[in-house]
Amino acid sequence: MNATRRSFLKTSGALIVGFGSGGLIVTRAQGPLQGSPAMNQLDSWIAIATDGSITAFSGKEELGQGISTAQQQLVAEELSVPFNRVKLIYCDTAITPDQAHTSGSQSHPTNFNQGNLAQAGATARDALFRMASQKLGVPVDQLTASDGVISSGSKRVTYGQLIEGKKFNLALDSKAKRKSPSQWTVLGKPIARPDMAELVTGKFEFVHNVRLQGMLHGRVVRPPSVGATVASVDESSVEGMPGLVKVVVKKNFVGVVAEKPWQAMQAAAKLKITWNPGPALPDQATFYESLRKQPARDTRMVDSGDVEAKLAAGNVLKATYLHPYQMHGSMGSSCAVADVNGERATIYSATQAVWYQKNTSAMILGLKPENIRVIFRRGSGCYGCNGADTVTYDAAVLSQAVGKPVRVQLSRKDEMAFENYGNAFVIDQRASLDSNGNITAWDHESWSPGLGGRPGTNTPGNIITGSLLGFQPAAFAPRSPAPAPGAFNNNSNGVPSYLAQGTGIVPSGRVITHAVESRFWTGPLRSPARLQNTFAHESFMDELAAKAKADPIEFRLRHLRDARLKEVLSAAAKTANWDPRPSPKLGNRKTGVATGRGAASVLYEGDNGYTALVAEIEVNQDTGKIVVKRLVASSDVGPISNPDGLRNQVEGGALQGLSRALGEEVTWDTEKITSVDWRTYHSLPLGFEVPKIDAVLINRTEGEVMGAGETSITLVAAAIGNAIFDATGARIRQVPFTAERVKAALAARV
Amino acid sequence: MKSSPTRSKLVDDMAINLKVNGRSHTLDLDPATPLLYALSEDLQLNGPKFGCGLGQCGACTVIVKGQAVRSCVTTLKSVEGSEVTTLEGIGTPEKPHPIQQAFIEERAAQCGFCLNGVIMTAKAFLDKNPKASEAEIQQAMSGVLCRCFTNVRMLRAMQKYGKAVAR
Repeated sequence: MNATRRSFLKTSGALIVGFGSGGLIVTRAQGPLQGSPAMNQLDSWIAIATDGSITAFSGKEELGQGISTAQQQLVAEELSVPFNRVKLIYCDTAITPDQAHTSGSQSHPTNFNQGNLAQAGATARDALFRMASQKLGVPVDQLTASDGVISSGSKRVTYGQLIEGKKFNLALDSKAKRKSPSQWTVLGKPIARPDMAELVTGKFEFVHNVRLQGMLHGRVVRPPSVGATVASVDESSVEGMPGLVKVVVKKNFVGVVAEKPWQAMQAAAKLKITWNPGPALPDQATFYESLRKQPARDTRMVDSGDVEAKLAAGNVLKATYLHPYQMHGSMGSSCAVADVNGERATIYSATQAVWYQKNTSAMILGLKPENIRVIFRRGSGCYGCNGADTVTYDAAVLSQAVGKPVRVQLSRKDEMAFENYGNAFVIDQRASLDSNGNITAWDHESWSPGLGGRPGTNTPGNIITGSLLGFQPAAFAPRSPAPAPGAFNNNSNGVPSYLAQGTGIVPSGRVITHAVESRFWTGPLRSPARLQNTFAHESFMDELAAKAKADPIEFRLRHLRDARLKEVLSAAAKTANWDPRPSPKLGNRKTGVATGRGAASVLYEGDNGYTALVAEIEVNQDTGKIVVKRLVASSDVGPISNPDGLRNQVEGGALQGLSRALGEEVTWDTEKITSVDWRTYHSLPLGFEVPKIDAVLINRTEGEVMGAGETSITLVAAAIGNAIFDATGARIRQVPFTAERVKAALAARV
Repeated sequence: MKSSPTRSKLVDDMAINLKVNGRSHTLDLDPATPLLYALSEDLQLNGPKFGCGLGQCGACTVIVKGQAVRSCVTTLKSVEGSEVTTLEGIGTPEKPHPIQQAFIEERAAQCGFCLNGVIMTAKAFLDKNPKASEAEIQQAMSGVLCRCFTNVRMLRAMQKYGKAVAR
């Protein structure tokens, strides 16, 4: 396939189908590459062929979250054609609009409200109606569109006849009116994902299955300990090994290239490298406490100025919550294929940001960004910044070194030992109650270590491969004390829902965060910081409710102002048949199995998805084992594009949150990460005592669309911790809730 | 059974004979090579996948003699002469196997990377134990991962298939 969008479009239908079925044949890039098409031009988003088939181009990719199905529905809806009439192509730097990342629950708000793909759909529809009006001699308001045909009585014209193989040549029209959700016939329906048949039969091509002509296989050798550097590499140690093509050493980056993956693995294992060890790692046993003593970058998110005075005047409760580093822990270790051919490169990557990958790969390779094409291919579910970006650099560097296409897939250990973990957190909470049991002030202070993150446009040193190649991570700049708060923004959910600045009514509050340096790479992991902060807020809210001897849901409702947040919480309680009473549950015995229920709610990111969760659990007080019997997850994310897709996200998020709450924790010794496989990093498997899940979806027929990928997961640890308290009277404040920690919390009961 | 040598090179004493999805292949590979690499590289199959290389996640599962086998830790030598069935071997998008059909109907996927291991492990188990209870199915799937946590739908698809086999 030629690299340019124009020739791609010229060849139309057949190629597009080939793209979708994964049978893409690739030749080396020839001629100049074209950059991403202009965001404000309709032709960048939608093309209609003479046969009436519609191709939509998007910069938001399918990671398994179902967004491609919804985007196809959106375009079909606005253009009044059946779902299958639309083909969707996304995230190829040569042919699709540059929409930066696919991340942060932003795809829905970005492409389904007024701008971008939604606006393109509406603009195209308006344009087709205008063309039809002219062609048929009928006013626009007397025309209707159905199945790709615009008609008025017996007069009719197809989209193909109107377009006649040409382009629209129009700018996106901000006044073009979208169809109202009440008119939807395609969008809003539980249309099945089109990729299922290929997925279940092994026909689907993941990035792991990209095979280029003459492709070789690379294997990287990561440092044996955190911060280790290369002293020397003895290439003679692998001389003459079967299939070995080259040993590649660049600063602290070491890799081998061979004809076959198994050969590359064996050569990498045998290659003799002398490493200078890195500085010793902090003791994990005292790690959380050590964070408080490090130089920090302080931020004040809110500060009413009177918190200390209010706390002094009230009945104060204090608690500290601990959350570990956790992994994305992708099921398939990350993989990429790069073909660096002189001054040009074509790269197949599961990155969440093909455009940023293009820029930073250019830095890594010393090439011009315009000579690099990055094409997204689905990887194993990533849930944020997993190894997809770093392995893309690995493949690019090795391909450049041998001048041939190279595929690299990381080992399980390399995936887990060097990915950008979700941040650890220490969170101190203090709040005061008045004599009526109402909250008068809330003080939140957190410490969280960070290093690197997404590479963004120009920081390849934010991930391991870039760092090994000599690039620096984003600089850490301590700052204390924190400056006065800026405009209110609760993007990280650092501010508790119950403060008046956010969704609540409590007038006095202060939120101070301390970012400190991490020895391990960190980066966004599904619901980054939002999950950790919400665990602390929603657990502490339960502690306050218990202190006030109030029902946990009633107590929340009385401190909330936002009507939709109240509604979503009430909806979950209703479906769960919530029995209003204070926690802990009276009459539970202190031994054996005890049952309990807990709740939590939040407006995700302060403006991007209302959600609530009720967990019903059993605690075996003799073994410390938690069994979650039922999760009721409610969601209000505006007009629902695809209820089945939303349900899938809510269910998956709830169970992923369960796994993270009960077992997942990154561990290390004095020199290296020790959670490096599925025996040492404790994910729940497919087969465990899976709870019944009720997804309660509140649909809206007007208003803005919000994100839905990170709502339910944000609440799980808090809801389970609250349910443990309800069942046993023991409060557990450290994730994960391992049997040992549950037993320790039970033993500490008064 | 058709023979399809994948290498024109003269067969030497390193040659391994492999039967996959009803076809016979002669591969010039070290007999100690894990089966997974022969399937995904030499035979270019997309079904079996590298997830961990340690036999811990199930992504590489194939069926040999009715048993679910982790191809990432199974040498070529140990399956020489045996019939190996991969995800591709049980059905196609046009004509999916009933267990594949059950997953399609239940929309049981997110990223889909784990599906090979999930479906092949479940098939091997349910073909022998079609009347397995929910708890028994969960037990049988306790060594398989889905990190998107599509458990609810996948377990529903398995029960659906179990019922169909039992009928």
